[in-house]
Amino acid sequence: MSQAKVPAWVNIALIPFLNIMLAFIVSGLVILAIGENPLEAAGYLIYGAFGYDEGVGYTLYYATNLIFTGLAVSVAFKGGLFNIGGEGQAYIGGLGVGLVCLAFDQTMPFYIIAPLAIIGAAAFGAGWAYIPAYLQARRGSHIVITTIMFNFIASSLMVYLIVNWLKEDGRMAANSRTFEESAWMPYLHEMLSPLGIDIGTSPLNFAFILALIFCVLVWGLLWHTRWGYQLRTLGTSPSAAQYAGIDTAKVTIWAMMISGGLAGFVGINEIMGVNHSLLLNFTAGYGFAGIAVSLMGRNHPIGIIMAAVLFGALYQGGSELAFEIPTITPEIVVVIQGLVILFSGALEHMFKDRIEGFFIRRAVA
Amino acid sequence: MFETLILMLDATMRVSTPLIFAALAGLFSERAGIVDIGLEGKILGSAFAAAAAASIFGSAWIGLFFGIAASISLAMIHGFACITHRGDHIVSGVAINTIVAGLTVTLSMYWFGMGGQTPTLSGDERFLSITFPFADALADVPVIGLIYSELLSGHNLLVYLAFAMVPFTYWVIYKTRFGLRLRAVGENPHAVDTAGISVAFLRYRALIICGILCGIAGAYLSTAHNAGFLKDMSAGKGYMALAALIFGKWRPVPVLLACLLFGFLDAVAIRMQGVVIPGIGEVPVQAIEVLPYVLTVLLLAGFIGKAIGPKAVGRPYVKERA
Repeated sequence: MSQAKVPAWVNIALIPFLNIMLAFIVSGLVILAIGENPLEAAGYLIYGAFGYDEGVGYTLYYATNLIFTGLAVSVAFKGGLFNIGGEGQAYIGGLGVGLVCLAFDQTMPFYIIAPLAIIGAAAFGAGWAYIPAYLQARRGSHIVITTIMFNFIASSLMVYLIVNWLKEDGRMAANSRTFEESAWMPYLHEMLSPLGIDIGTSPLNFAFILALIFCVLVWGLLWHTRWGYQLRTLGTSPSAAQYAGIDTAKVTIWAMMISGGLAGFVGINEIMGVNHSLLLNFTAGYGFAGIAVSLMGRNHPIGIIMAAVLFGALYQGGSELAFEIPTITPEIVVVIQGLVILFSGALEHMFKDRIEGFFIRRAVA
Repeated sequence: MFETLILMLDATMRVSTPLIFAALAGLFSERAGIVDIGLEGKILGSAFAAAAAASIFGSAWIGLFFGIAASISLAMIHGFACITHRGDHIVSGVAINTIVAGLTVTLSMYWFGMGGQTPTLSGDERFLSITFPFADALADVPVIGLIYSELLSGHNLLVYLAFAMVPFTYWVIYKTRFGLRLRAVGENPHAVDTAGISVAFLRYRALIICGILCGIAGAYLSTAHNAGFLKDMSAGKGYMALAALIFGKWRPVPVLLACLLFGFLDAVAIRMQGVVIPGIGEVPVQAIEVLPYVLTVLLLAGFIGKAIGPKAVGRPYVKERA
């Protein structure tokens, strides 16, 4: 079967669309099973996510985290690596951000702290991904297992550091002191209000712009550099990459470090942008959600932005939905997320082969 | 000192039980060539189904049945994706874990409306501890009395079942025709196919066994170890079982020892809370908690021995058509 005969829109649009619709239909059945009207629920969900300025702000704020983790998963995926450790890398990346902010917020202005924090997030996230990457590339241990283990190690490490070292003296809550305002990412509603634009108050901050910039950078890196070509070759056929003289171990390690660095930027949005202090469990599953975003976005930055906004809308709309219909919990969003991973990831061949076959037969006839 | 040790070993047995079931479940699956990241989800799903059914029907046994049924269903979804549709095993496992994490809370809110919990179970709704004959009478006998009455007696049925499953698994894997074929299909599915045996059917059967064992692990958590279902109550036990499976190099007895080691570390971590060791100071609990994961990473990296899994694990089997 030659791929060439299948029209491009089938792979880019039709198959992802069918997979997502299937995920939504099954989610609808779940809602129906708990005695609620799926269409009514969808209505609340869409209104909550896009119906008013604050809702849109929240949607894009959630999307920011998901763009970062989605990009992280996809960079590794392009190289044939499954980075399931985005959660831990984001957590440690946040530690990098937190340490920079705590160290400099009383002495330095924002325009010095911000670049340092971005470097801190990238360095810590990349550093946390480096060890599994090294072990995979040089010692042959399986990246999936090691990154899972590193999620747990990261979680214990953060509890230890925050509770024993970074916690504010004399307070019960397990979080660091609140940063001075010089270490706060500006909110977009504050940035835009001098221009006379009112977008409503929401946690949406400059990290969103940063996420979009990194989408462009990742796109350039993957499709317009020699390294990106090497990475994609490795992902498509490791033996071909080897034969072409590509240092596969080096590409593997760099791919994982870039992946970990991208995941680390969740800390910029959460720690510097919203919470303004280092706290426990701020990653809240965004690392895992990145897998769904990446699969749905077909590992392409544009697809990832669209998928991240969709999932951001589900998060935000899900809270609205839970408020309007108390029998539905916000966790329904997690179910939808899982179904998307199932249908557009694990069951991707279910439709693909048949639909492609249909178009090939039509092209031949 | 001796009494403390016995009490810690006693705790080790309780904590290790779900790990043993889940790790053996993973053993059946991975030995047949199917990677199972979804152990966690199956445990959680079963824990919820078991607690819900036990609460509604008032019987721990009915709970166990529903727990196993839920777990097998999830294993079949995994099989449908990985075996029938040649999907990625890891992606499918992540999908199952994610779906279950959301669905258990959603359903328990709908049925019980208690913030994602099930009602507290009591009496026949739980597996209660079994006291061996003469346990109380012998308790005062030095050494043996304590071992008999504290360590061996006084656990629930599922704990003993977990330990009994280890020789049983050994027998199935190494001494039966099914076990031989199971191992073969994980190493070289083409050879099995050439011998006229269905690769898919064999792998589905392995996943059913995997589902049953995970189901018992989940039911143990919610109807024996605890008295009801709590949100996210599996708390990484599935992943730890996966680590134990690797640490035990995919063999039943070493896997049991790995589970006991991890369980013991857990018991140590709880006991070490706030204890100051002379010369070292207070050992952070987190340092002991991460040991299972650190040890597994070191083992996988070949720093302490070498862990080599089944050869064909994680690869979809495509029958060649001439």
